[in-house]
Amino acid sequence: MTDDDKDQKGGTEKPGKVVPEEARDEPSRRAPDQPAVEQSPENIPAHLVGGEPTAEVRVVGERRGMFGVTGTGDTSGYGGLVTPVVLPGAAQRPYGGWFDTVADALDPLIEQVVIHRGEITFHVGRDNLLRVAELLRDDPGLRFEFCAGVSGVHYPGDTGRELHAVYSFLSMTYNRRIRVEVSVPDADPHLPSITPLYPANDWHERETYDMFGLVFDGHPALTRILMPDDWPGHPQRKDYPLGGIPVEYKGGTIPPPDQRRSYT
Amino acid sequence: MSTTDDVYAGSSETSDGRVFTVSGQDWDEIAAGLSEEGGDAAERVVVNMGPQHPSTHGVLRLILELEGETVTEARCGIGYLHTGIEKNMEYRSWVQGVTFCTRMDYLSPFYNEMTYVLGAERLLDIEDDIPEKAQVMRVLLMELNRISSHLVAIATGGMEIGALTVMTIGFRERELVLDLFELITGLRMNHAFIRPGGVAQDLPPGALDEIRSFVALMKKRLPEYAALCNANPIFKRRLEDVGVLDLEGCLALGLTGPVLRSTGYPWDLRKTQPYSGYETYDFDVQTWDTCDSYGRFRIRLNEMWESLRIIEQAADRLARLEGAPVMVADKKIAWPSQLAIGSDGMGNSLDHIRHIMGESMEALIHHFKLVTEGFRVPAGQAYVPVESPRGELGAHVVSDGGTRPFRAHFRDPSFNNLQAMGVMSEGSMIADVIVAIASIDPVMGGVDR
Repeated sequence: MTDDDKDQKGGTEKPGKVVPEEARDEPSRRAPDQPAVEQSPENIPAHLVGGEPTAEVRVVGERRGMFGVTGTGDTSGYGGLVTPVVLPGAAQRPYGGWFDTVADALDPLIEQVVIHRGEITFHVGRDNLLRVAELLRDDPGLRFEFCAGVSGVHYPGDTGRELHAVYSFLSMTYNRRIRVEVSVPDADPHLPSITPLYPANDWHERETYDMFGLVFDGHPALTRILMPDDWPGHPQRKDYPLGGIPVEYKGGTIPPPDQRRSYT
Repeated sequence: MSTTDDVYAGSSETSDGRVFTVSGQDWDEIAAGLSEEGGDAAERVVVNMGPQHPSTHGVLRLILELEGETVTEARCGIGYLHTGIEKNMEYRSWVQGVTFCTRMDYLSPFYNEMTYVLGAERLLDIEDDIPEKAQVMRVLLMELNRISSHLVAIATGGMEIGALTVMTIGFRERELVLDLFELITGLRMNHAFIRPGGVAQDLPPGALDEIRSFVALMKKRLPEYAALCNANPIFKRRLEDVGVLDLEGCLALGLTGPVLRSTGYPWDLRKTQPYSGYETYDFDVQTWDTCDSYGRFRIRLNEMWESLRIIEQAADRLARLEGAPVMVADKKIAWPSQLAIGSDGMGNSLDHIRHIMGESMEALIHHFKLVTEGFRVPAGQAYVPVESPRGELGAHVVSDGGTRPFRAHFRDPSFNNLQAMGVMSEGSMIADVIVAIASIDPVMGGVDR
């Protein structure tokens, strides 16, 4: 880090220098559901516009600056801006249509229901996952015959529940699609395997283990599937170190993609 | 500890028993070696087929346990073509992501683009703002792509059982489709043509005539496949009752596409969960009721006829939509750069360059911001699957509100369907394994991503 950078970083702690005190209403310093003082409706995130404020807003990280650029001199004056990364919050009943039918059947097993862009997500604790999967498959009113696999997502900022396993279920009988999300901490990345219930998930769980290090307990053979067997680490995790390309041009090298100057 | 001197076809002792390296036609040594061992080892051979084998559709490794010529256990080894596309996409803007995902399942690039773009559009909440012409062009390209993909499936499937004429005519017709792709998108494969908000370019002049003459030609050529194969006794004996998987098996193992429809279940996302206006087209879902490789072949053949029907309807609509926009009206999302065909091929539109460089500073800033930084996509996640030639292809896209996908995961039908290889081929002859895999039609680029 150059001295210039340090100056810029220091500058952010003295907001009066760059931005007037009133304007620096950093969202991270107030309750997430409390609107900012002089915020016009267009500036409010989509999930807060219209209807009730959501019960619980899920902050999974923060973004610094206005343009996502780091490691360079701040000439915009917005370098000190800190905005939370907020995922869509929990929905309130009634959810509408068949969403309520499915939610009623699963009710005591669900932590939270999120409806966003017409898709419903059931957040389920890992202890309840097997029971939920069993209900989804066997309940005659649900009949989710088809599991389109599991996808991992790593939220390093979602403390205590960094690793998410996202399942997509499809009921061909009723033509419904739902999502089930299980979150586990980085320190204890265990969750039950639903391969015994949905054999289709065999390879999908192996892939998610391979890429994220999520351990699906009860899987018949949880081994790496895409990476070589002796590969160290789990590449899709956000903290996985990326290699740079050793191209040398007049003494300069190309840094790995996560260290390049870029907009996030 | 080699027991022979031949470096290419020797044998060596390992902790798991003797390992023979075979490069073809030297089975005598194995037979002699195994009879020395006696007991169980003489009956049971584990064969590694691939990863480099002409009949395994790319770099697929099959681990077959044989008893004579009968397969007692079959497993797949995959990952030889893993390129980290999903990880790469996390470091590119939402528009650049199209360029990456189109390369996954290289035989059906438009479907990869489509499912990713549909997810992005749902997160942007612009699903209803996509211009009609863009939707029709997407349907047109996807159905052309279905024909080219099915042609490769039939062609390589035929080649693998020795029907070389099927292969040559299959690739002959596929070439015509690729020519159309080149005319419309500028590229034969890996188009990156479907973009969030619409498509990259309007139809070039004369494209509709080319499409119509292609449809007319295909209507003459497709019966050739039926005449060559449908009632051909050799073809039928190789395919019938091979690679059997019934409806229960398909649902348990999550199989979709022609394999599922070969059980007689008419599940097709174009009908059941339509996107891009498929509900307004007149076509039928093709099924067969034999659950075997022959049924899957017939479904693919019939689906090409249905695709031709859809292409004709799309071409008629496009004729009415001349000059209509192909990109969403929102200038904060629509790609500002325009391309044009010049004397040296596809390149920047000179009119656009003149505008941003000579006329409008704001246009230049806007162009620069949108091309380098990209647009922000509201936080959330979406999964919008499409019916690819191989089944349900879906992209689980997650945004954290930034200009790049936080996570893009592709549920590729080849990856999922390949799980059924063991069930389909265990207990059958080793030659039938090839037919079973060909009937799944896996594309390793999609399997390994």
